[in-house]
Amino acid sequence: MDLFEYQAKELFAEYGVPVQRGRVAATPAEAREIAAGFAAEGSPLAVVKAQVKTGGRGKAGGVKLANGPDETEAKAGQILGMDIKGHTVHQVLIAEAVDIAQEYYLSYLLDRAARTFVAICSVQGGMEIEEVAHSNPEAVARVPIDPLRGVDAAKAQEIIQAGRIPAEAARQAAALAERLWSVFADEDATLVEVNPMALTDQGDVLAVDGKVSLDENAAYRQDHEKFADAGAADPLEARAKAKHLNYVKLDGQVGIIGNGAGLVMSTLDVVALAGESFGGIRPANFLDIGGGASAEVMADGLEIVLSDRSVRSVLVNVFGGITSCDAVANGIVSAIGMLASQGHAVRHPIVVRLDGNNAEEGRRILAEAALPTVEQVATMDDAARRAAELAATAPATGA
Amino acid sequence: MAIFLTSDSRVMIQGVTGSEGRKHGRRMLDAGTAVVGGTNPRKPGQTVDLGGTDVPVFGTVADTMAETGADVSVVFVPPAGTKAAVIEAIDAGIPLAVVITEGIPVHDTAEFWAYATANGNRTRIVGPNCPGVASPGKSNAGIIPADITTEGRIGLVSKSGTLTYQMMYELRDIGFSTAVGIGGDPIIGTTHIDCLAAFEDDPETDAIVMIGEIGGDAEERAAAYVEARVTKPVVAYVAGFTAPEGKTMGHAGAIISGSAGTAQAKKEALEKVGVRVGRTPSETARLVRGVMQARG
Repeated sequence: MDLFEYQAKELFAEYGVPVQRGRVAATPAEAREIAAGFAAEGSPLAVVKAQVKTGGRGKAGGVKLANGPDETEAKAGQILGMDIKGHTVHQVLIAEAVDIAQEYYLSYLLDRAARTFVAICSVQGGMEIEEVAHSNPEAVARVPIDPLRGVDAAKAQEIIQAGRIPAEAARQAAALAERLWSVFADEDATLVEVNPMALTDQGDVLAVDGKVSLDENAAYRQDHEKFADAGAADPLEARAKAKHLNYVKLDGQVGIIGNGAGLVMSTLDVVALAGESFGGIRPANFLDIGGGASAEVMADGLEIVLSDRSVRSVLVNVFGGITSCDAVANGIVSAIGMLASQGHAVRHPIVVRLDGNNAEEGRRILAEAALPTVEQVATMDDAARRAAELAATAPATGA
Repeated sequence: MAIFLTSDSRVMIQGVTGSEGRKHGRRMLDAGTAVVGGTNPRKPGQTVDLGGTDVPVFGTVADTMAETGADVSVVFVPPAGTKAAVIEAIDAGIPLAVVITEGIPVHDTAEFWAYATANGNRTRIVGPNCPGVASPGKSNAGIIPADITTEGRIGLVSKSGTLTYQMMYELRDIGFSTAVGIGGDPIIGTTHIDCLAAFEDDPETDAIVMIGEIGGDAEERAAAYVEARVTKPVVAYVAGFTAPEGKTMGHAGAIISGSAGTAQAKKEALEKVGVRVGRTPSETARLVRGVMQARG
């Protein structure tokens, strides 16, 4: 789960990582009020920053300097509602402007290959660290962190030295690095990034921009709910989540239901591959119903998938491993019955491929049920091809 | 011989009295595994009924090992207790710990992995969030359904559970020496490379199937390893060509960030070193079949 910049900076502040003053606004009037507060305290210059979970907002015109409440209100009005790489700006951060003398880079993240955490520190900040690493690799220090020891004052100093942060900023930068580690460790983050970590004309070191990603597996012991971004989630994804379904909305025409993340991912690929022969038919979603595949879960899954207006056919691809295929087949039959009794009669063609444990019995159950919308295909490749073909020829009816 | 798990393996279960532990303990027994005991710190001295077979419950891993000679532990304890359970297994010095539990915070995995490393990696850790290890006809440690395949001479290593099952089923007439589900989390104890090395050394394995998916660069590193060290034929499959950037597809590790971790990059890296990569699971199975038939 990625946080907005303002949320990241609020977290930083809680842990004593220095940030400039700022507050988030959802309307130009709110932006004006915040700027008026700064002006009253003698700091009329403010930065208006689009809050979007994507990079490159500066280039897109999503960051503007404003002098005083009037200008802040006007600039906020320009930025709110803007589209940045497909993300609509719903909020702006109004931050007190700071006089930046130098820009550095600091982050903690997971190093998958080394199976540990790593600090990345560089005297060259303010731009994408990948670019610096590419053009000037010596300027980017990577310091492995022992998860059992973490980052103490000595380790923080080592990181800052390795990044060649100059002497005038080093002491404060090390203090920032030590506190930033607490954010990373105590909040169960998978990434915390400060870019730029700025040295101001006044000689202060602070986090001018920040990025935080939190580990969703840690939700049981962290209060991640407070960062939930209900506005941004796709409505179908939100509905699926409420039913504990692992659903991701995509932009194609074949609804996909399967069991197991890898098999479902693979099903999307096989449908996209088959769809090339039918004018570019693509999968409409990712939906993993897990090992169980009970009638209730199947009904919930079908209901969500069929709520997507662009869906024209559905492919149910289940491998019976722990769950046997007869249970899955019964699940499909009752799910379609359940939906019909709730007034959601399924009109789209559904291609079913059952394989694995008790596949023959499962196929027999489906064949005997003789549901008019259900068609069985024996292999995954042929089933994907048939689902793509049906999507190319079936009309969009909606559920 | 197979790898990691043989007919001599003596398997215990951490969390043997829980619903998952009991259900899969019974399945492991049915598959012919020597399930010798399990732990529940609150129920030492009791027994647990695994589908008609009573198995002793001990308070600790060390006690279970001392009393039963267990040398493999399958971990079914819930996420909040997994780190402590794995550290206990490491402290007891068990040679193999298979961590089935799904949903473990990555900080916990990083800590138990660091702990294992600091202790000289005497305990091989498979997982977390994996289906386990199965050597068909010999032993089964985890949740891989034993009855979908047969014993044979293909080695399989996979990040994904159901794709593992799919492949084992498609090639059930040829059969497998060992299938290792390494799990899809960002940090895992046993990697593609560890399994490639073990299969290369295993006289009972003739060819290797490797199943990968988007996220990280494990497949790229495995490709480099194949080029340098593996002489046996390797066939691969990679899932996630249609996955959009920045969206997690089920596994915590299956996410594309920026240009890194795409299926296309993995496929290219593998093909560059001569690994045949199937476009679908079935095509991959056909390629393996061809390799095995060519060997007679």
